[in-house]
Amino acid sequence: MTAYTGRLAGPPRARGVGSRIAVSFGYALGLPMLLLVVWGLVATRGTSRFFPGPLTISEAFVDTWVGPAFVADVLPSLYRLGLGITASIVLGIAAGTVIGLVQWLRELLEPLLEFFRAIPPPVLIPVVMLLLGITDTMKVVVIVSGAVWPILLNTIEGVRATDSVMTETADSFRVTWWERLWFLVLPAASPRIMAGVRQALSVALILMVISEMFASSSGLGYRIAYFQRNYLIAEMWSGILLLGLVGVFLAVVFGLVERRVLRWYHGIREVNRA
Amino acid sequence: MRVLTPRRLRAVRKAVLGVVGLAGFLAVWQLIPTLGLINSQYLPYVTDVLARLFEESVDLAFWRRLGTTMTSWAIGLTVATVAAVVLGTVVGLVPVLRRATHTIVEFLRPIPSVALIPLAVLMFGIQRQAALVIIVYASFWQVFVQVIYGVADVDAVARDTARSFGLTRREQLSHLVLPTALPYLMTGLRLAAAVALILAITAEMVIGNPGLGRMIELSRSAGDAVGLYALVVVTGLLGLAVNLVFRFVERRVLSWHQSVRGEEAR
Repeated sequence: MTAYTGRLAGPPRARGVGSRIAVSFGYALGLPMLLLVVWGLVATRGTSRFFPGPLTISEAFVDTWVGPAFVADVLPSLYRLGLGITASIVLGIAAGTVIGLVQWLRELLEPLLEFFRAIPPPVLIPVVMLLLGITDTMKVVVIVSGAVWPILLNTIEGVRATDSVMTETADSFRVTWWERLWFLVLPAASPRIMAGVRQALSVALILMVISEMFASSSGLGYRIAYFQRNYLIAEMWSGILLLGLVGVFLAVVFGLVERRVLRWYHGIREVNRA
Repeated sequence: MRVLTPRRLRAVRKAVLGVVGLAGFLAVWQLIPTLGLINSQYLPYVTDVLARLFEESVDLAFWRRLGTTMTSWAIGLTVATVAAVVLGTVVGLVPVLRRATHTIVEFLRPIPSVALIPLAVLMFGIQRQAALVIIVYASFWQVFVQVIYGVADVDAVARDTARSFGLTRREQLSHLVLPTALPYLMTGLRLAAAVALILAITAEMVIGNPGLGRMIELSRSAGDAVGLYALVVVTGLLGLAVNLVFRFVERRVLSWHQSVRGEEAR
């Protein structure tokens, strides 16, 4: 109904492509650059040993991470992280859909799920260590045991909160179970599911770092803790920077996937908004 | 009365099913070491863990540790929420700011707060402040991002309607932006409360400032499996309590929203 009025309302922008790119570039990099410059100035003037300037950190970054350390510390971490995230997503969506659709199952499991979700995941590290020993599997299990809950519970919520009018429409059109799952329930739940995945990514990253700080002799978390204990401040900062980059990388990948999965959703929003 | 009966029946059913689920889980836990599937050294009997739980609950030192952890949690969460709501509303409502801060937010937010543990230790040593740095950093982003999303999510028709009715800026804020952003804010708050608890305990485990987390690490290094499991259950209950309180508040505040209403209507 309102779909077409929006598109007609706004006059076309008359600006050139080049200047538009320049403007969005300025927006994207202006403030970060400014902050970096300020940081650099403060670092050269200040005397705090714990806050080296951006240049020192970037030097340390290259020295520390480019080379064999990348293969020895970074890749194993990323591998465990990827494995844990994938397992969490598959497990969370599958179980969440079933639990969200079957009311008695939901009621049966609700208190338990609430409890397990409520356990702070890093607390499980000692437990999983006890059960599995200090292995790679243990780290992946730790990641899954923390990251699966946001996805699982958001899927349940999303499936449950399917628009009642649409559910009734599907009922009266006698849509089959699979069709309903594929065309109504999952798409309706997908914004919530993606929100859950976004939460899970950060939890997974936290658990990767913690499990390595706790029980490992390799990996990013171990390295950063090592640098701190040995007062290698710039190297420590470079590790934090690298973890930030990993986080940003995850967020970018997630953003791309989300845009693809929720294209229809953003489309509706945009049309409504225009 | 007749209207209430099916609803009450459903509530009873729900409670019974929940108890059955919980009992089933405890029974399975008890059976695994009993049948020897996992050595009871690694997975102790439920009965032992529950007994230890009771012992702890009459120990004043235990409650003091719990209090220490929860104090860090409360301070961190409050600071983070206030900062996030103020900054999030401002940034979310001003498109220029939103665009300018986008890169910074997208870079800072994914940095796992635990990566800052070494820095916090360097700055503050084994003290509560070190834990607070991490708690605030982690829970800030949860609320901040939700507030930005929420504030920007105002329905186009509602906004146009408000404009044509001539609502002032302040009225728009309280009648349009607030109701739209409220579900997001409550979600963010609930997530932040959980995250703050996670990091309060994590910080104690890794940094070693006093509290429940340090007790967990101590019982791990002492090989006290029963104590370890008991403390894990305690943290779970703690997290559960935090979740329930925030969920309750959320339901009360959002009683008009589809996600809450839909369940009750069915």
